[in-house]
Amino acid sequence: MSLNEIGSMVAMQGFSGLSLFTVLLLMALGLAIIFGQMGVINMAHGEFMAIGAYVVYLFSQLTQNFAPGLREVYFVPAVVAAFFVAAAVGYGVEVLLIRRLYKRPLDTLLATWGLSLAMQQFFRSFINPKEVSAELPEWLLGAFNPTPSIQVPRNGIFVMGLTILVSAGVYLLMLKSRWGIRIRATTQNRVMSSAVGINTDRVDRFTFALGCGIAGLAGAAFTTIGSTGPTSGSLYIVDTFLVVVFGGAANLIGTIASAFSIAQAQSLLEFFLTSAMAKVLTLLTIIIILMIRPQGLFTTKVRT
Amino acid sequence: MNLLTKKLGKSDWIGVVVLAAVILVLFPSVFGIFRLNLIGKYLTYAFVAVSLVLLWGNGGILSLGQGVFFGLGGYCMAMFLKLEASDPITTKIQSTPGIPDFMDWNQITKLPFFWKPFYSLTFTTLAILVVPAFFSFIIGVAMFKRRVGGVYFAIITQAVALILSVLIVGQQGLTGGINGITDLKTMHGWDIRSDSAKYILYYVNGVLLIGCVVFTRWVLSTKFGMLLLALREKEDRVRFSGYDVANFKTLAFCMSAVMCAIGGAMFTLQVGFMSPSFVGITPSIEMVIYTAVGGRMSVVGAVFGTLMVNFAKTFFSEEYPDLWLFLMGATFIGVVLLFPDGLAGLYERFGKSRLQKLLKRAPPKKEEPAVAAAAALESGGKHV
Repeated sequence: MSLNEIGSMVAMQGFSGLSLFTVLLLMALGLAIIFGQMGVINMAHGEFMAIGAYVVYLFSQLTQNFAPGLREVYFVPAVVAAFFVAAAVGYGVEVLLIRRLYKRPLDTLLATWGLSLAMQQFFRSFINPKEVSAELPEWLLGAFNPTPSIQVPRNGIFVMGLTILVSAGVYLLMLKSRWGIRIRATTQNRVMSSAVGINTDRVDRFTFALGCGIAGLAGAAFTTIGSTGPTSGSLYIVDTFLVVVFGGAANLIGTIASAFSIAQAQSLLEFFLTSAMAKVLTLLTIIIILMIRPQGLFTTKVRT
Repeated sequence: MNLLTKKLGKSDWIGVVVLAAVILVLFPSVFGIFRLNLIGKYLTYAFVAVSLVLLWGNGGILSLGQGVFFGLGGYCMAMFLKLEASDPITTKIQSTPGIPDFMDWNQITKLPFFWKPFYSLTFTTLAILVVPAFFSFIIGVAMFKRRVGGVYFAIITQAVALILSVLIVGQQGLTGGINGITDLKTMHGWDIRSDSAKYILYYVNGVLLIGCVVFTRWVLSTKFGMLLLALREKEDRVRFSGYDVANFKTLAFCMSAVMCAIGGAMFTLQVGFMSPSFVGITPSIEMVIYTAVGGRMSVVGAVFGTLMVNFAKTFFSEEYPDLWLFLMGATFIGVVLLFPDGLAGLYERFGKSRLQKLLKRAPPKKEEPAVAAAAALESGGKHV
C-alpha cells in the first residue's frame, strides 16, 4: 500500500466519521433543545426522526406513482414537509402528554418510552414492517472525486450542508432571536418569565415542536444515507442522549463538539476493531469521562 | 413527617403472607407444569421489580440498567451450566472437545481464563452475588460521589446496558453472541429440564422471591429506609444534616443489583438459557414498567404488577400480536399520567374501604384469589 493510498483511506475514513457526525448532530440538535433547554427526556425522539424519514418516503412514493417527472425536485419540499409534520406531531404530544409532566422528569422518560413503543408499532402496522427507502434524485447519487483515489459520496455532502444550515439556524434562533431569549428565560426561571409577560406555556409548546421538527429533518437527511425501518430511530437514541449529556446539556457549541468527537472516535476505532467493539470502547470512554466530569465538556454558567 | 410515620409505622405482614400463599399454594394447584414454569419465569422478573421499589420508588434513583445485573447473574449461572453440559465426552465431535459448542464454532481452541472458575458451583454462587455487587458499587461510587443523579443517572445506566449488550453480542466466541448461552442441561448431574426439577426450581424461586420481598420491606422499615425516602424528597436537606448521601445511595444500588442477579440466575435455571435480549435497554425499561404498574412504593404490588403485565403480554402476543405494543405504550403513558401509584395506589383509593367493610360484615371466608390479591395490595399500599 503506497503512502498515497493510505492518505486516501484516512481521508475517506475521516469522511465517514463526518457523515456519522452529521447524523448524530442533527439528532442531537433537536434533543439539545428538548432535553438541554427544557429538561424533558424525550425517549421518542428517534421516532420523530423516523416520522421525518417516512414523510420523505411518502413523497418519493407519491412522485413515483403520480408525477415521475418531478423526481429531480421532490426532495426539497419533502425535507420541508418532514420538518413540519414532525413538528406538528410534537406539538400534539406536548399538549396531550408532556405538559402534564414537567415537574416529573423521570416519569416523562417512561411516558415517552411508551409513546415510542406505540409509534414503532404504528409504523409497523400502518406503513411497512420492513425497511423502506426513498427513491433518491439523480443529483444525490454517486460520488464526487477530488482525486482519482478519493471518493466523497454526494449524499454525504448534502447531509453535511443541511447540518450546517440547521446548526446555524438553531444557533441564531436560540442565541440571537427574541424567541430564543424567551425560551432561555423560561427554562431558567419559569415563574419570573411568566411574571414579565412571557406566555410560558406557549413557549414550551413551540420549543418542543421545534425540537421534534429538527428530529424530522434529521430523519429526512437519514433517508439519503440508509433505509428506514420502524425501529431505526431507536437505534440512535442512547447515542444521541450521550452526545447531549457529554456536550454539556444546555450548550449548543458543546453539543457540536461532542457529536464531532464521538463520531470521529467511533469511525476511527472502526478502522482497527469490529464496529461492535468500537462502539463499546467509545461509549465506555464517554461514560468514564462523564464520571470524572459530570457536567459535560462545556458548561454554561448560570446562577441557580 | 406525618406522612413518613404513617407510611413506615405500621408494618402488617398480611400482604406478604397472601403473596406467599398465591405463589406457593395457589399457582401450583391451579396451573400445570408448563404454565407454572412460565409463571416462574415471570417471577424472576419480579426480583427486578422488587429491587426497583427499593431503588426507584423509595430512593428516587431510577436505574435503567437493571437488566445489566439480571444479565450478570444469569450469565454467571449459564456459564456454570454450559461448562457442565460441554464435558469432553458429549462434545467429542468438536474440533476441540470439552469447550462450549459456540466457542468451537468460533474457532476458539482453549477455554478463556475467565470461564475456568465457573467449573465450581461454589464459585458460581459467590460470583452471582459478588460480581453484580462489585459492578454496581463501582458505578454507584463513581456517580453518586460526583453527585450525578436523577435523569443523568438514568441515561448513564441506560448506556451501560447498551454497552454490555453490544459487548456480549460482539464477542460471540466468548459469550455465545446474540443467541446467548443455550442447551443447558444439568446441574451437578441433576437434570434441570425434567418436570420434577421444574417444580423444585419453581419453589426455590418462589421462596427466594418472598425472601427478597421480606428483606426489602425490612430494609425499608429501618432507619436506612427512612433515609432513602428522605433523600428522595429533599436530598440536600439530608446532606446538610450530616449524612453522606452518596454512601446510602450506593448501598441501595448494590442491594438492588444483587436482587436482580438472583432473579437472573433463577431465570437461567428455569428457562434453560440466557441471552443478551435480557440485558439491553428494552428489557431494562420494561422491568421499570412492572414496578410502575404494581405501584412504585409497594413491594408486594410490584410482584403483582410484574405478573399482570406478563400475563397480558403473553395473552396479547399470542392472540393479537399487533395490539401488544400499542397496549404496552398505553400502559406506560396511562400509569404515569393517571395512576402514578399503580395498582397499589388504585386499591388504596377505591378498593380498601369497601373491602374492609366487607370483611367486617361477613366472617372471614376462605380466601379467594381476587380477595387475596386485593388484600396483598392493601398491605403493599399501606406499607412503604
